[in-house]
Amino acid sequence: MCGIAPIKYSNVEHVKLLDRFSTSNKSLTGTLYLTATHLLFIDANQRETWILHHHIAAVEKLPLTTSGCPLVIQCKNFRVVHFVVPRERDCHDIYNSLLQLSRTAKYEELYAFSYNPKQNESEQAKGWQLIDLAEEYKRMGVPNDYWQLSDANRDYKICETYPRELYVPRTASKPIIVGSSKFRSKGRFPVLSYYHKDKKAAICRCSQPLSGFSARCLEDEHMLQAISKANPSNRYMYVMDTRPKLNAMANRAAGKGYENEDNYSNIRFQFVGIENIHVMRSSLQKLLEVSGTKGLSVNDFLSGLENSGWLRHIKAVLDAAVFLVKAIAVESASVLVHCSDGWDRTSQVCSLGALLLDSYYRTIKGFMVLIEKDWISFGHKFSDRCCQLDGDPKEISPVFTQFLESVWNLTEQFPQAFEYNEAFLLQIHEHVHSCQFGNFLGNCQKEREELKLKEKTYSLWPFLLDEQKKYQNPLYNPSFSPNLTLLEPNTVSFNFKFWRNMYHQFDRSMHPRQSVYDLIMDMSEQNKQLEEDIKQLEAKIKRKSGQSDVVLLKEHQQSAHPAPVMLKTPPCFKKDQPLIPLNDAVRTIEGSNTADNRYSEFMEELSKAEPAIVSLEYGVARMTC
Amino acid sequence: MEFAELIKTPRADNVVLHRPFEPAVEGTLCLTGHHLIFSSRRQDNAEELWLLHSNIDSIEKRFVGSLGTIVIKCKDLRIIQLDIPGMEECLNIASSIEALSTLDSVTLMYPFFYRPMFEIVEDGWSAFLPEKEFEFLNALTDEWRLTYINKDFSICPSYPPVVTVPKSIDDETLQKVAVFRHGGRFPVLSYYHKKNGMVMMRTSQPLTGTNGKRCKDDEKLINSTLGPGRRGYIIDTRSLSAAQQARAKGGGFGVEVYYPQWRRIHKSVERFNILQESLIKLVEACNDQSHNMDRWLSKLEASNWLTHVKEILTAGCLAAQCIDREDASVLVHGTEGTDSTLQITSLAQIILDPDCRTIRGFESLIVREWLQAGHPFQQRCAQSAYSNSKQKWEAPVFLLFLDCVWQMLHQFPCSFEFNEHFLVTLFEHAYASQFGTFLGNNENERSKLKLPQKTMSLWSWVNQPEELKNFKNPLFEANSLVIWPSVAPQSLQLWEGVFLRWNRPSKFLDEAQEEMRKIISDNRVLQEKVNYLRRKVAHMETNDEMQEDL
Repeated sequence: MCGIAPIKYSNVEHVKLLDRFSTSNKSLTGTLYLTATHLLFIDANQRETWILHHHIAAVEKLPLTTSGCPLVIQCKNFRVVHFVVPRERDCHDIYNSLLQLSRTAKYEELYAFSYNPKQNESEQAKGWQLIDLAEEYKRMGVPNDYWQLSDANRDYKICETYPRELYVPRTASKPIIVGSSKFRSKGRFPVLSYYHKDKKAAICRCSQPLSGFSARCLEDEHMLQAISKANPSNRYMYVMDTRPKLNAMANRAAGKGYENEDNYSNIRFQFVGIENIHVMRSSLQKLLEVSGTKGLSVNDFLSGLENSGWLRHIKAVLDAAVFLVKAIAVESASVLVHCSDGWDRTSQVCSLGALLLDSYYRTIKGFMVLIEKDWISFGHKFSDRCCQLDGDPKEISPVFTQFLESVWNLTEQFPQAFEYNEAFLLQIHEHVHSCQFGNFLGNCQKEREELKLKEKTYSLWPFLLDEQKKYQNPLYNPSFSPNLTLLEPNTVSFNFKFWRNMYHQFDRSMHPRQSVYDLIMDMSEQNKQLEEDIKQLEAKIKRKSGQSDVVLLKEHQQSAHPAPVMLKTPPCFKKDQPLIPLNDAVRTIEGSNTADNRYSEFMEELSKAEPAIVSLEYGVARMTC
Repeated sequence: MEFAELIKTPRADNVVLHRPFEPAVEGTLCLTGHHLIFSSRRQDNAEELWLLHSNIDSIEKRFVGSLGTIVIKCKDLRIIQLDIPGMEECLNIASSIEALSTLDSVTLMYPFFYRPMFEIVEDGWSAFLPEKEFEFLNALTDEWRLTYINKDFSICPSYPPVVTVPKSIDDETLQKVAVFRHGGRFPVLSYYHKKNGMVMMRTSQPLTGTNGKRCKDDEKLINSTLGPGRRGYIIDTRSLSAAQQARAKGGGFGVEVYYPQWRRIHKSVERFNILQESLIKLVEACNDQSHNMDRWLSKLEASNWLTHVKEILTAGCLAAQCIDREDASVLVHGTEGTDSTLQITSLAQIILDPDCRTIRGFESLIVREWLQAGHPFQQRCAQSAYSNSKQKWEAPVFLLFLDCVWQMLHQFPCSFEFNEHFLVTLFEHAYASQFGTFLGNNENERSKLKLPQKTMSLWSWVNQPEELKNFKNPLFEANSLVIWPSVAPQSLQLWEGVFLRWNRPSKFLDEAQEEMRKIISDNRVLQEKVNYLRRKVAHMETNDEMQEDL
């Protein structure tokens, strides 16, 4: 490949895979294979563990032990694997190879450019057309009397990190747009993110103004006025600075800052205090350190959770979205949201706000649209934040993960409001980091066009849509409180829980052994099939009884000793042919099997005698399996 | 005593009732001997609240002008508020409630006055007799016998009249052993593991004292339960240092030389006021909606509640592990053998024995391991999280046990025949009930109070088919295997059904539950229908063939 030292795609045998949380070093022995895209471990039971090179966040070689050379791999999807390689030389080779393979220098070397799902060009193009943002704005009700499509950024001349197509108030003329963009960090002037048809109120987004201590810009002031005038329901508009006030003030010294209420008419200014990407990065780091501790006590877990601040940040993000939603739903006021550059916290708050306001975003397709709109098109820097290329580690931050976690919290509070389930959120998270599909590559639309992603890579969405059965929430009720398209989440602290299925997705021992959710999903799927069967059978009976009524009568008398007919296994109980085989293989650990299968598998394991695991000397019960 | 003497104002009008997450209602408040009754005057949708006085944990009153407000905190953790116009009325009502909710005589409690409106199919008082249980055991092994040595409660006041002991040990020996054990609680059989014939026994601490007294009969009894070459584990629910300290007070632990096949393991489980304080702190944390995230998490941590859950569950797992994985018998004791001991023996049985995961089996477990085994319910459950009394004997031992069961139910949602509602109901009835089941501290007291004759058993009510269906888990599928719960802190959860029940609206969660039940019952109906139709088609086809043959 990139070739400083040649990578050895060799197999190493007798490698041990240690149980991450086992105190007695329970392990599986098997063979480790290194392929161009994956690290593969096959244990003695032929169970496969696939690790995509792009998923690797860190590789660490620990000091040599008597049993071999330990190698710890931490993945971006929070999988942590601990191998012990018998020979140090092999370990060293794997270590070096993984370091090279997991650090990509150029986009073209990412998996997406070599991934080939066997689609022809037209299928590929159709896949990319699945999500059409112009269509989405139409759905919201723009353009209309107040809002129009602006061609100002058609050639990315005004703002490189914005999409070409932007919606602005009709009264905002080109000079106002240009002037305003010059007064905003990175040229990210106020544009429409979401339009609420009923309230005629808008969510707009931008970056911080270059106000310094006293600078002002008439065009920018006009721009904001145009936004507030575009809302006939309420002349006042809110400006939400999603940063803590202190941070915003500090920015003034650098010639940036926040809006001075005196200079803008009819605005109400509000800080909401979400921390910056660096705080979030170290918060997640702390969270993972705590959750990865062996033999963790409840109190260490809770105090670690507290000290990490992670749930506090999730709550802050959701609180901000609730604030925004109240302004729109209760006061019919438009809201302009910004942070520093307007691509991290702003994306979180705008997208969550829209999700709370509009039930469309709670459907599978709608959620894809939401991510395309507020995250991908508006230039959330996926490449930098997820470290797709070997770059500045200070740019990495779990901003999108926090968004998914906030959504998960909402699905917990409103189990019937979402068409999609937790697996959908986890799968999206998986692919944001996998670099297997083109959607999340790069930092902005301009970059994506330059990379010709639509020709060279595939879009994730059609693949998810194809296997949407897996992501459907069986409890979803489309008419969920019809007059209540608005969700009003309760953000009292006790509602926020540690997302075990995200951070311990691959640590099987931590999860409930039987999943109610999987069972209900299977049943609900089976119910559909059964209803089909009933229709067919009834039709068949009707046909036959038409042939001879006498027979039916006779049959009725005989039914005392019915011939046992096996219920045909409905298709949902057959193991689905995975569409994305590699990732599915990774998942077999947590559950693409039917609940029944996994259950018996687990029980077999339980019933095996494992005397070695009891360490009664210490009076400690070791919970196995 | 007449209740009328305590009720100074039996009725007040224009009272406003505030409940969590429901609009305030105006109506009439009535006090009876055992209930506080509130009924709204609205004709359309007359609302009534019936609250047992014995469910009231604490009461506060305050005044704004002549409008009095009474805040009532219940043992089931609910808090309601009543606005009562008129200072005198309010004071009278408050003092009446206070008096009625703290009656000291058991015989004045509601169960003695309650007349059931349902027909008794099976009397719960006689549904779980030790003799019946013993029949099952006797079919498996003949090494055990029932002894009636305690029939008049003279050997051990906290034991039931009938207990199971090794067949080789006669009553005379038992009598001597009882003297050597705290409170006379000599070792008895708690559980027999069919799979390998290993047993779990429970007892109280041996009275070794500072000079290491021994009792040959005790050694004989305990050693006799292990065959040659067999091992056993004595699980002491105290830390080693606590057990050593107990010697100064005449207690202690068995010395290993005298019990050569047994190994002692100390697995410390907290007790008494530490648990009570933990509950008080937890409920305080849950009830304050204004906590920011850091404060909530640190309060949750400081309550130590989940630590206790983890401790108890781990100890239960340890006992189960010794039996199932190590092929060893187990003897569990702490100090008195009426609290942590019972938590562990009962949890181990739920892990090991699928029968205990059925409704009937769980009821039987509670009767055997809690009621008959002499857990002092009346003392432990006298007050709940809002009490100010801080009596040493008050402790949520049983609630912690239920919480541990809930954790397992949460981790094995298809392996239990009962649902969460069943556990919550047991919690409520342990603290305040119209049934006599949880009155008294042991069988001795219950028989003196003549509870089976004078009160109704909770099980008589629960086991009626129409009630039973509310407690059934629709996902239940009998699982004959041992279930090992995870005790990692990431796997343990706050029991929201109890601790957040009154602190957040549950409409959306309830509706989702309802939908889930619907999917399950639809599934059943559809399956049956498809099977029926298939049979029908099959018959038609065979008939067709027969006709063709003709």
